[in-house]
Amino acid sequence: MFDRRLLQYFDWGLLGLATLIGCSGLLILYSAVTAETPAPQMRIFYKQLIWFSGALVAMVITFSFNYKLLDRWGQIIYIGCIILLVWVLLFGKSAGGSRRWLALGPISVQPSELAKIAIMIALARYYSKDAHIRGFTLRELFRPAILIFIPFILILKQPDLGTAGLLLLIAGSMTVFVKIERRSFIYLLVSAAAVVPMVWFFLRDYQKRRILVFLDPDLDPLGAGYHIIQSKIAIGSGMISGKGFLKGTQNALSFLPEEHTDFIFSVLAEEWGFVGSVIVVLLFLMLIFWGLNIAQGCREPFGTILVVGVTSMFFWQVIINIGMTMGLMPVVGVPLPFVSYGGSSVLTTAIGIGLLMNVSMRRFLLK
Amino acid sequence: MDCEDYQSPVDKYLKTADSDWYKQRITGVMICVMVAFTVLLLRLLYLQIVMGEDYLVLSLNNRIRLQSIDPPRGLIYDRNNQVLVENRPSFDVTITLKDARPVKKTISKLADYLDVPSEEILQKLSSSKGISAYKPILLQQDIGRNALAAIEAHKYDLPGIAINVKLLRHYLNVKDAAHLIGYLSEINATELAGGKYPGRRGGDFIGKFGAEKAFEKYLQGARGGRQVEVNANGRVVRVLKTVEAKPGQNIHLTIDHDLQKKTELLLQGVAGAAVAMDPGSGRVLALASSPSFDQNYFASGMSHEQWDSLKSNPFRPMENKAIQGEYPPGSTYKIITALAGLEEGVIDASTEFFCPGYHRFGNRIYRCWKGGGHGNVDIIKAVAQSCDVYFYQVGQLLGVDRLAWYAKASGLGSRTGINLGKEGRGLIPTAAWKKKRTGIPWQRGETLSVAIGQGFNLATPLQMVDLTSAIANGGTRYKPIILDSITTADGRIVYQSEPQVIGKVPLSAPNLELVRRGLWEVVNGDKGTAKGSRLADIEISGKTGTSQVISRKKNDTRSEAARPAHLRPHAWFIAYAPSVAPEIAVAVLVEHGEHGSSAAAPIAAELIKTFLRAGRSIDRAAKGQDRVVQAGESG
Repeated sequence: MFDRRLLQYFDWGLLGLATLIGCSGLLILYSAVTAETPAPQMRIFYKQLIWFSGALVAMVITFSFNYKLLDRWGQIIYIGCIILLVWVLLFGKSAGGSRRWLALGPISVQPSELAKIAIMIALARYYSKDAHIRGFTLRELFRPAILIFIPFILILKQPDLGTAGLLLLIAGSMTVFVKIERRSFIYLLVSAAAVVPMVWFFLRDYQKRRILVFLDPDLDPLGAGYHIIQSKIAIGSGMISGKGFLKGTQNALSFLPEEHTDFIFSVLAEEWGFVGSVIVVLLFLMLIFWGLNIAQGCREPFGTILVVGVTSMFFWQVIINIGMTMGLMPVVGVPLPFVSYGGSSVLTTAIGIGLLMNVSMRRFLLK
Repeated sequence: MDCEDYQSPVDKYLKTADSDWYKQRITGVMICVMVAFTVLLLRLLYLQIVMGEDYLVLSLNNRIRLQSIDPPRGLIYDRNNQVLVENRPSFDVTITLKDARPVKKTISKLADYLDVPSEEILQKLSSSKGISAYKPILLQQDIGRNALAAIEAHKYDLPGIAINVKLLRHYLNVKDAAHLIGYLSEINATELAGGKYPGRRGGDFIGKFGAEKAFEKYLQGARGGRQVEVNANGRVVRVLKTVEAKPGQNIHLTIDHDLQKKTELLLQGVAGAAVAMDPGSGRVLALASSPSFDQNYFASGMSHEQWDSLKSNPFRPMENKAIQGEYPPGSTYKIITALAGLEEGVIDASTEFFCPGYHRFGNRIYRCWKGGGHGNVDIIKAVAQSCDVYFYQVGQLLGVDRLAWYAKASGLGSRTGINLGKEGRGLIPTAAWKKKRTGIPWQRGETLSVAIGQGFNLATPLQMVDLTSAIANGGTRYKPIILDSITTADGRIVYQSEPQVIGKVPLSAPNLELVRRGLWEVVNGDKGTAKGSRLADIEISGKTGTSQVISRKKNDTRSEAARPAHLRPHAWFIAYAPSVAPEIAVAVLVEHGEHGSSAAAPIAAELIKTFLRAGRSIDRAAKGQDRVVQAGESG
């Protein structure tokens, strides 16, 4: 049953790009964990290596079946994901005041990460059926809105503001991509302008503070403001060529917060300088363009919309994470794909890459 | 509108989103992506190329550092605004290795000024290996005035050495109310990880016991800090930002320090507890547990020997016997038996039983404490002379479960809810409880023991004083409170406690009056068991109790004084005064004190005298109007 054309059209370029990003990610992580005080946290690095091999398996599985099956399974995947999200709220492992992890034997995963994939599939299913050049009207957007808000609210309850916001951004990007009818778009903007101040009242104090601190880091000179300053010092002091691998001083003295997760880009910029940072940023840019190219080459709407969704996920995570370390974005916990430490994030990224490959290698089968 | 809905096949074809249309949309997306990435790259350019030099300088010695400013912890006062706990400065020597080069030389000089061998300091350093060279390491806490002067005078010879002024908790009255006020101690790993202490870090001191723990939230304040720029020697050249520390709030306790001091004094040399309470509000006036301990040991760090001696002391100084100690209530429990009998109608004011000095039940003999017997006794005489035989009879008529119902309704067997941790529950046995616990059915003879407060019964001194307060005020049970008010550092009141009613003793007014007459006779009657503690100018009502630690064996003919100390009975006395319109209720327990009348009652009388003669009640004269009326109504 194996179609040899699949091998022929396999997207080696995308695989190469993903491998490059993954390897630079591991190098930076290695540097970040060896500098941990009081003792190097090599365990973190090895765990990430294991996650990467798991991610490889997940990627292979994701591209090995025809993605059009997802059109049929979309509903089941979505419902399964909602069940997991409810489950984690009830029985999840809590850490640092939030319940995000489900323990599966020795490993723990965040269902909220997988929810990103599930919502992409669900939206791609819905939008591909009725896309129309006039765009979607408010009434047509009612069902997708429900699809988005159920996982959104569940993730917000954990609470995981970063992932919930990301989910909204991905879903929003996909919706804008398939176009919203002009009058409905204006209505949406106006009502959003009305709702945002109301949401403000529902935010917890520390969340409000974070947004205020984002607008003016001086409000919290001992916390977020200090982290941003230290991160900016780390990035800036890298200058053109960087201080060299394993030679970052900001990193070594643990002046950087969360150096192996949220602020890992600062370690990279300090040690590899402008040259290294630009290369990594360009690698991400290439990945995103590669994805958009696949979307353009795909001849049927479900694949196109799905790929746009996956690509938007990469886009937002890169922009928010790197933007944050440079003081352009609020301090929220959004991982840098394949670079930040974290199993669920690596897994989701790999599944995303697998989806891109899946669509890419089957683009000619439709003829 | 209609024509818009109609679509010809061609129209429909043209308006369906096809791949050309999607391609067009994707081109739009690409432009957005380019714009966003251009912003990122420009920002990188700005930070690393344009500003790179500046940031490099800042990163070289890690010029921007954080210093934390600890908030002063709130003070603790008594009800008359006497300071009980304050903070005093402690001068601590720290070293920042990065700045202290050459380290060996610096340390040998420092050792001279501190008058300690330099090996000792080096040892401390090696034990803190792994700490960043940029972070100050604590070398010695609370150095003396002379060492401080010497170090200050030679500070330019001592690079990297700094004196930090830290506030140390200081308990002004050694051993007074130690169990009530509690103490601070260093936060441990479990507490740090538990999330109950946000903003706390290793090395911080938190309230671990007593009021210091209960009111931690208010006392702690909020940490502040400074972002500073330092030079290559680690000296601060510029303060960039400051967040002031927010001082903790002050706690005003309900206790009266003079009364507390007296209580501690009276309990000296014995193991036991005493609690005094305002019967009209549940406010705790004094709460002492003996032996006590010195809280300052905890504040400044104690040695292993000190801790071991506290831990291994057979009289358990670390236990708050007033709220944690559970003792058989002995004859003080006869109040419950009396009121249950009266309310259930098995006895009334005129019921009399004959006491020959013993009571035969089945084939067993139950003795009265008075071998010769009390003769004919009614309820008042029974309470006043604590006649066991009378209460055997009442207990027999009631049965254990009816008795237990009244005890529980009076608050025994459950926690009062005082805002101090680890309160004891006590125990009120029922037939079902015993069956479940031991598997053996209730023996009717056991009811007789329970009726005089022996057997399985257990109560804490706090429960007994709460019950006494309720009898004193006409039946209202208040939750014991130790917090009077909370004020800010500048004196504004942010919280004022109110009395909280937690129940009502099930007593009708005439029956209550009978019990109260009996309690009055205990002290003021010619044959009252506590007549020795009568005061000339203040009328006291009370009840003695002598609770057996083990049941007396038939053949044990030794007198109580001849028995080993740990087998002697506990001594109880509960009382309120003045008998009309009471202003203070007390419960005193002396472990193995033998007789309530001789060991506990004099302490109670002395406390009442101290409180009432000092005119402490004056401030309540106005507030207490309603209580006087209440007592009058029930009387």
